[in-house]
Amino acid sequence: MTVLPDDIVLKVSDLQTHFELGGRVAKSVDGVSFDVRRGETVAVVGESGSGKSVTSLSIMRLLSSPGRIVGGSILYRTSQGQIVDIAALPERKMRAIRGREIAMIFQEPMTSLNPLYTVGDQIMEMIRLHEPVSAAEARQRAKKMLDLVEIPAADRRLDEYPHQMSGGMRQRVMIALALSCNPNLLIADEPTTALDVTIQAQILDLLRRLQREIGMSILFITHNLGVVAEIAHDVVVMYTGRVVEKSPVSGLFAHQKHPYTRGLLACIPNASRDRGAAGERLRLNPIPGNVPSVTALPPGCSFAPRCSYRIPHCDEAPPLMTAGPSHLSRCWRHEAL
Amino acid sequence: MSTETLLSVQGLTKQFQTRSGTVRAVDGVSFDVKRGTIVGLVGESGSGKTTAGRCTLRLVEPNEGRIVFDGVDLRTLPEREMRAYRSRLQIIFQDPYSSLNPRLRIDQIIGEALDIHRPVKGSARRDRIAELLERVGLNPDAARRFPHEFSGGQRQRIGIARALAVEPDFIVADEPVSALDVSVQAQVLNLIQDLQQSFGLTMLFIAHDLSVVEYLCDEVVVMYLGRVMERGPSREIYAMPRHPYTQALLSAAPIPDPAASRQRIVLKGDIPSPMNPPSGCVFRTRCRYAVEACAEIVPPLEDIGSDHHVACIRQGDSEVISQGLTL
Ligand SMILES: Nc1ncnc2c1ncn2[C@@H]1O[C@H](COP(=O)(O)OP(=O)(O)OP(=O)(O)O)[C@@H](O)[C@H]1O
Ligand SMILES: Nc1ncnc2c1ncn2[C@@H]1O[C@H](COP(=O)(O)OP(=O)(O)O)[C@@H](O)[C@H]1O
Ligand code: SF4
Ligand code: SF4
Ligand SMILES: [Mg+2]
Ligand SMILES: [Mg+2]
Repeated sequence: MTVLPDDIVLKVSDLQTHFELGGRVAKSVDGVSFDVRRGETVAVVGESGSGKSVTSLSIMRLLSSPGRIVGGSILYRTSQGQIVDIAALPERKMRAIRGREIAMIFQEPMTSLNPLYTVGDQIMEMIRLHEPVSAAEARQRAKKMLDLVEIPAADRRLDEYPHQMSGGMRQRVMIALALSCNPNLLIADEPTTALDVTIQAQILDLLRRLQREIGMSILFITHNLGVVAEIAHDVVVMYTGRVVEKSPVSGLFAHQKHPYTRGLLACIPNASRDRGAAGERLRLNPIPGNVPSVTALPPGCSFAPRCSYRIPHCDEAPPLMTAGPSHLSRCWRHEAL
Repeated sequence: MSTETLLSVQGLTKQFQTRSGTVRAVDGVSFDVKRGTIVGLVGESGSGKTTAGRCTLRLVEPNEGRIVFDGVDLRTLPEREMRAYRSRLQIIFQDPYSSLNPRLRIDQIIGEALDIHRPVKGSARRDRIAELLERVGLNPDAARRFPHEFSGGQRQRIGIARALAVEPDFIVADEPVSALDVSVQAQVLNLIQDLQQSFGLTMLFIAHDLSVVEYLCDEVVVMYLGRVMERGPSREIYAMPRHPYTQALLSAAPIPDPAASRQRIVLKGDIPSPMNPPSGCVFRTRCRYAVEACAEIVPPLEDIGSDHHVACIRQGDSEVISQGLTL
C-alpha cells in the first residue's frame, strides 16, 4: 500500500518519458519530480521543447506513440482517497480517472471541442457519461457550468456551435467542459497563450475563483513568467526534459538559484530596468544560443553551452540540490548565485 | 534624431466584403512616424493592426485615406511608379515558419529580394548575401541551406536579412518576435535595435506584448475595433494612460513579480464583431466609464499636449485621469 502525505493530490517521482524513433531515443522527460497539493497551483515553466506538454500528457496517459513512460511513478489520490500509480494503471482503470478525476485543457480549444455538436450537447454528454442524470437535469447542469465560466446568455449559448463563438469564449467553454465532472485536478497546458491579455486576465481570474470555490488543484503549464507570478503557489522550471529549479513562487522570483531561470527573467523586456535615465534603450540580456535538441544533449550540465557561470566541474551532470528553504536547484554553483 | 515625419497616415479606412457582411477592419486611422523612430501598434486580436500595416505598404488596397511617404501620397501613384517605392518599404512577418519558401535555399530567398532592388551577379552577389547574413548574426554558410534547417529565431533573422536586402527606409514588422521563446526574442530585439541604429531605420512595430512595445518603441498607437483610441510618446502613455481602453489593456498584462500590487481592470466580455460595431464610441460596451452620450458621439482623437492624443469624451474627467495614475 502506497502512502502519500494527506495534503498531496499528485506526486510525480522520477518520471521518464521517451520517444524512440529510428533507433534514436528522445528523453523528452528525464527524471521529473514534483508534488501538487490540494487546492493549490503548481506552474511548470520552460521554453518550447523543454518537456512541459509531454509531462502533462504522461499524467493524463494521452501520449501518442512512440511516446512511452519508461520509468518513475505518478501517484494520484482519487476522490475516494485511494492512491493509484497512473504510470502503471491499466487503460481500463485510467478511463475512470481521465476526464472525471483529472481533467485537461489545452492551448487550442478545438482540441477538446467537437465542431459538429452544440456546446450544450457536448457538456451534457460529458456529464451523463460520468453520472446517471436525466437529460433535463444534465441541461440544467450544463447551463450552470456556462454561468460558472461567465458566459452571458448561457441558455442561448448552449445551442450554439463552437465556431459561432470567439476564441476567448471557446476557451471558457472548454474549461466548462473540463470542470463539468468536478475534477480533483485540472491540468492546463498553456490555456491562455493564444489569447489577448485582456481575455487572459479573465481566464486567470476565473481559474483562481474556481479554485477557491471548488478547492481543485491545478497543474498550470506555461512559458510566461508573468502568468506564473499571478497564478502559482509552487514553480517547477524545466529545461531539456529536466527540472532545473523548483521553489515556492515568492522564493523563486525573489532569488533564482539557477542561471537558466535567472536568464529567463533577465531577458524579458522591462522598461524600468532596460531603459536609461534619458529614456534611451539599453541592450537586452538574451541567453546566448538556442535550446539544444533532447536527442543531442551536451554531456554534463545541459545548460552549460549557454551558461556564463560555467566552471570545469559542470562537465559532470549536476543533481537537484537543496538551495534554500523548499528551494531546489540543478546547478553546481547555486550558492554563488 | 531628427523629428522629420517620414510617413504620415491619414484617415486610413479598409472594409472587407464578406458573405456575412462588411467588416470595418480599419476605420479612419491616422498616425505619423518620424524618421529614425519606432512606432508600436498595439491592440487586441482583430483590432485591425495587420490590416493597417499592410494598407500602409499598399499590400492591401485601402478604401480611403492618405499614405504620405517622404512627401508623396502613395495612393496617388500608378502601379509602375509604386514599384520604385516598394523596395523602400518592407515587411517582416510574424510567422518565421510560413514566411519563407521551404523549397528555396537561403541564398535564393535573399537573392530574389536583391534582384528586385539592385541585381548583382557572381561573387559580388555571394558577398552581398554573406554580408547580410552576418549582419543579422548568422553564419554565411547558412546560404546553402533550406529554411527547415533553422530554428524559429534563425528563420526570423533570415526574414530580416531578406527585408534589409533592398536597403529599405521603412519597415512594417508584424509581430516579428511573438512566435519566439523569450530568450530568442531578446536576441532578435537586440538585432532590430542594432539595425535601427546603424541604418537609421524607421519602423512600424505591430505587437501583442505590451512590455516589448514599452521597451522598444518611441511612440505607441493603441487600436480597438479598427480605430485609434490613444496615441503618443510611449513613456507618457505607459506612465499615465488616459484612455479607459489603454488603462484596461495595460492593467491586464501580467507582471513577472508575485509581489507587484496593481489594480487590475478586468474587461468583461469580448471585443464586439467588426461587422456590427457599437455606435458612438466603439469601446463603450466594455467601458466602465461609459455614459449615455458615448453611444451617440464618435469621440474625436483630441490632442492633449506633447503629441499625446486621446479619443474619449471623458478623457478630462478626474475619475478617468486618476485611474491612469494607479497603474
Ligand atoms: N481578407 C479579409 N477578409 C475579411 N475580413 C478580414 C480580412 N482580413 C482581415 N479581416 C478582418 O479585419 C479585422 C482586423 O483584422 P487584422 O488581421 O487587421 O487584425 P489584427 O489586429 O492584426 O489581429 P491579430 O492581433 O489577431 O493579428 C478582423 O475582424 C478580421 O477578421
Ligand atoms: N510525438 C512526438 N514524437 C517525437 N518527439 C516528441 C513528440 N512529442 C514531443 N516530442 C519531443 O519531446 C520534447 C518535449 O516536447 P514538449 O513536451 O512538447 O515541449 P513543451 O511542451 O515544453 O514545449 C521535444 O524535444 C519534442 O520534440
Ligand atoms: S551547473 Fe554549471 S553550467 Fe550548469 S547551470 Fe550551473 S554553473 Fe551553469
Ligand atoms: S467615450 Fe465613453 S465609452 Fe468611450 S472610452 Fe470614453 S467614457 Fe468610455
Ligand atoms: Mg507544449
Ligand atoms: Mg495581426
